[in-house]
Amino acid sequence: MILARVIGNIVATQKNHRYQNARVMLCQQITPEGDETSYSVLALDSVDAGVGDTVLIVQEGWSASTAATGTAGAAIDSAIVGVVDRVDLL
Amino acid sequence: MQLARVIGTVVSTVKNESLRGRKLLVVQTIDKNLESIGKPMVAIDAVGAGIGELVFWCRGKEASFPFKREDTPTDCTIVGIVDSEQHVTRSEFKL
Repeated sequence: MILARVIGNIVATQKNHRYQNARVMLCQQITPEGDETSYSVLALDSVDAGVGDTVLIVQEGWSASTAATGTAGAAIDSAIVGVVDRVDLL
Repeated sequence: MQLARVIGTVVSTVKNESLRGRKLLVVQTIDKNLESIGKPMVAIDAVGAGIGELVFWCRGKEASFPFKREDTPTDCTIVGIVDSEQHVTRSEFKL
């Protein structure tokens, strides 16, 4: 899983019917220290994350699909599965 | 599977139901010389690892196999703890 910050959302009226009602969020990967990296990614939301939240994104098709749509096999590869409260580093 | 060092923990209250009770750890992947490569990732713990330990993690859908299948959304799971740095040995022989 990667750490990311939700920086926006995407409105797509026409999308795969398997995730018709899902929210698609625009996320920017961050380091554990909180600095933004150059990698941004779209992820389906499964935990009601909002813009500004630090989140956990799972990037494996089966898990992402199960988490975000309830069933496996939807055509997605990233899902937000948690909102991060705190990261403690050594 | 990749060698990694556990460098931190993640606290998350609001999360996917199937992640409840799971330990989330920040892991920095390291190479054969125990030097950092790439960016740190967040892994679920399946073996009882802690901060500072040398571990190895598994990626892909196989990462959820230690847990009840379909139940745990993860792409990075800690599946082993290396006893110590001295237990990472490699042969210097050239074939």
